[in-house]
Amino acid sequence: MSDSRGMARAGQVLTVLGLAAMTAVFIRALAFTPMESTQGLAQKIFYIHAPAAITALMAFSITGISSIFYLWLKDERIDLFAASSAEVGVILSVIMLTTGPIWGKPIWGTWWSWDARLTSTLFIFLLFIGYLVLRGALEDPVVRAQYSSVLGILGMLLVPFIHLTVYMFRTLHPDPIVMKPSAPGMPLVMLITFLMGIGAYMLLYLGFVIQRYALSVAQEARLEEAADAT
Amino acid sequence: MSSVLGPALTIAAKDISIELRTRTAFLSALVFAILVLAILFFARDPTAVSANDVAPGALWVTFTFAAMIGLNRAFLLEKENAAIDALILTGVPKTAIFIGKALGNLAFVFMVELVSLPLFVLFYNLDILAQLPSLILVIVMATVAFVSVGTLLSSMVVRTRFAELMLPLLLLPFLVPPIVSAVQATSRILAGRPLSEVSGWLNLLGGFDIAFVTLSILLFEATLAE
Repeated sequence: MSDSRGMARAGQVLTVLGLAAMTAVFIRALAFTPMESTQGLAQKIFYIHAPAAITALMAFSITGISSIFYLWLKDERIDLFAASSAEVGVILSVIMLTTGPIWGKPIWGTWWSWDARLTSTLFIFLLFIGYLVLRGALEDPVVRAQYSSVLGILGMLLVPFIHLTVYMFRTLHPDPIVMKPSAPGMPLVMLITFLMGIGAYMLLYLGFVIQRYALSVAQEARLEEAADAT
Repeated sequence: MSSVLGPALTIAAKDISIELRTRTAFLSALVFAILVLAILFFARDPTAVSANDVAPGALWVTFTFAAMIGLNRAFLLEKENAAIDALILTGVPKTAIFIGKALGNLAFVFMVELVSLPLFVLFYNLDILAQLPSLILVIVMATVAFVSVGTLLSSMVVRTRFAELMLPLLLLPFLVPPIVSAVQATSRILAGRPLSEVSGWLNLLGGFDIAFVTLSILLFEATLAE
């Protein structure tokens, strides 16, 4: 019990650091990073959006890899960690999926485009919501861990297939509205802001996951106590 | 191999004979399929979109929904009276249980497709005789994709509350690649284009089949171990 308290405390510290870093990214992006010449102010959202996307996909990959390790080692802690990572990944995906269209409307001229990357991230997001719903619908912790690991592994294999599918769909039917600029080399000032953004999100990810994991551990301990008492 | 295939066939035969005796799920799935085909025919502006344009999509939406009914049922049967525990206690390899259930589901979905395909041709006024072999190839490949992942997921969702609700939620993301490939291939095949033009989509379907059939067989054991 005191173990999870200490862990939660560490998570809180990391979260506060992450929030401070995020504030620094906001200030640097708005005041100390030059305006992008073609996109103007709209480009500023990139420093929030892209790091959120990278961290979200990292979170889901960690869930997938932990799922393999769970089925191999059958350690309850790996499962709780995988679930915590999935939950934080879902939150980060919400940031990614809301900031994306806000940028897309002025730049692409449309809120949403069925581009390969957008579509695959949308389906990964929906899949992991399914993952969390499945966990919520199962009571036995062992069954819950096994089933969610199976889903996590299946999901990891699905991602490249969805990406390929939408890519093939697109190449056959190119959309004239969507003119994606070919990625220009980023000036160093912007790159630093961007990397700071990634750093801030990583801190937040760690802070959230550690707190969530500590909570799960405390929860399981409570449930076991309650089961022993009856 | 026969130690797996023999029991698998027995399990599949058991499921099929249960279905043949009651016919509840089959008839529900079939009537459901006809309803969806009919509704989708009217879900368009007839002056702007011809029935031919929506036909491939309608066919695959129908097949998907009808398959879902069959998949939902598959492990519900085993849950009653804890029949799945008895099945495990017989000592047959767990892989055989999965393959057996999957073959049973495959037979069920094929039966629904076999009856609804002629109705589809009739309703949408299509002439598909020349394209029938290519169309059957696509249907078989996509159905294998549905059933492999569907059987695995349905073995898990029966243990949850709201099982019928949970299966579509978990399964539909996995059906994106097979449905998109099948619709793309079907629309070109129905337009009388050569099979070589859809080879990309067929490769994708084939790759999906190989990857997910293998993974489903490997992972099934983890959904049973207690």
